[in-house]
Amino acid sequence: MQNKKTGPGLEARGVCFRYGKGAPWVLKDVNIKIGAGERVALTGPSGYGKTTLARILAGYETPVQGEVLWEGRPLPKTGCCPVQMVSQHPERAVNPRWKMEKTLRECWEPDGPFLQKMGIEQAWMKRWPIELSGGELQRFCIARMLGPQTKFLVCDEITTMLDVITQAQIWRVILEEAKSRGMGLLVITHNLALAGKVCDRAVELPKLGRWQGA
Amino acid sequence: MDKAGDGMATGKKKMGGFWNRRQKTLCSIGFAAAYLLLALLAGLLVSPESYGVDYGAKFLAPCFAHPFGTDEMGRDMFFRSVKGLSNSIGIGVLASAASSVIALAFGVTAAVKGGIADRFVNWCVDLCMGIPHLILLVLISFMMGRGQKGVMAAVALTHWPELTRLVRAEVLQIRSAQYVQASYRMGKTRMWAAWHHMVPQVLPVYLIGVVLLFPHAIMHEAAVTFLGFGFPPEVPAIGVILSESMKHIAAGNWWLAVFPGLLLLLAVMLFDVAGENLKRLWNPNSGNE
Repeated sequence: MQNKKTGPGLEARGVCFRYGKGAPWVLKDVNIKIGAGERVALTGPSGYGKTTLARILAGYETPVQGEVLWEGRPLPKTGCCPVQMVSQHPERAVNPRWKMEKTLRECWEPDGPFLQKMGIEQAWMKRWPIELSGGELQRFCIARMLGPQTKFLVCDEITTMLDVITQAQIWRVILEEAKSRGMGLLVITHNLALAGKVCDRAVELPKLGRWQGA
Repeated sequence: MDKAGDGMATGKKKMGGFWNRRQKTLCSIGFAAAYLLLALLAGLLVSPESYGVDYGAKFLAPCFAHPFGTDEMGRDMFFRSVKGLSNSIGIGVLASAASSVIALAFGVTAAVKGGIADRFVNWCVDLCMGIPHLILLVLISFMMGRGQKGVMAAVALTHWPELTRLVRAEVLQIRSAQYVQASYRMGKTRMWAAWHHMVPQVLPVYLIGVVLLFPHAIMHEAAVTFLGFGFPPEVPAIGVILSESMKHIAAGNWWLAVFPGLLLLLAVMLFDVAGENLKRLWNPNSGNE
């Protein structure tokens, strides 16, 4: 599975997860290997733990059993994580009391051309999140995660709620960035056409089963 | 929020007023603060002689020399009321300070530590809120030997449960917020996240809670004193004045109750208005109005 060209990349080994003791298992013995520059689609019915897996891979949750490795080592607990995640709900991922400017610059300083490419207008910088639409907010969320230290991006249904034109725009930029800097992608989506367009391969997350990453 | 004034021309027109709501709000807050300071300072400056005993001037109705009239011992009710209000406000400040410190410590501990600490704090809150407030006040004041010490301890120690719940809920909510977790993943330290994400969220709620505590504390001080578990009779306090006036009100000496009561009511209402307005000003959903 390992892609020689791109290095070991992101790996989940025997990951099991549940929310609290005695709760039913959400993920059981999940194994997946994604090369550092590989683009993989993750599909599966709703409620099968796709988002939970994404949160574990990006270090938001610690697996109950098993481990997540980046370049052969566990994900760093402190400092900027090389694996970042963009979530499904941009309005929950930004501080409602911050102006967009501060949100955008939380991690790194995006320059003008980059913002233009992302379709972020200067006029939006001084606004509060409630004054922007979902699509506009999502651009900020993606832009702030695309800092130079991000080597792998987990995209959890990031364009599901956007219109097709915005979807195409956003994915074009992400793809361009991914290709130019050799950044890996894990794309969680229900849209198989999108998965085919963006990703090298697709894997499915069946319910609680032992799942061998392709 | 500093930009609220700009670009709101249309909004201003809609409201039709000369001032926008932000200005009105700031004005009312300033007025409340001025009243508080004035009452507090005036009370400190009033000398005991100005409300001294003068049996030659018993039960005078309000007149030029005594705007609020005089009582059975010929004491000037205006200066007594001002001094009393000052005492009450002092108690209010003390109670708000003590309660807010307790609430902050308890609320943050409960939310951050969780588990047993959380359960213990919630148990304490339930315990305090389960007993009728006035009875709790009387109990504590009685235990502490009544008088000034008793009423201070009672008022300071019984106003924290509501604020504790508020702080706990806010911290809990924001701790699990996605943008705070994302902040950690972007390499921010706990201190940085606490300062930039949590404090701006919790602080307004907390400060408003403290301001809204104030009228409660003043009212409860007056109530406990009125019931005879607070300040001794020689100390001019609104509660003492009101409870004394009850003896004479049937004899037609209405000014003994009306003016001190109005002073107290005004103080309490002003703080309530100020607190409510602060709430509106700090909330991002109404901050631009």
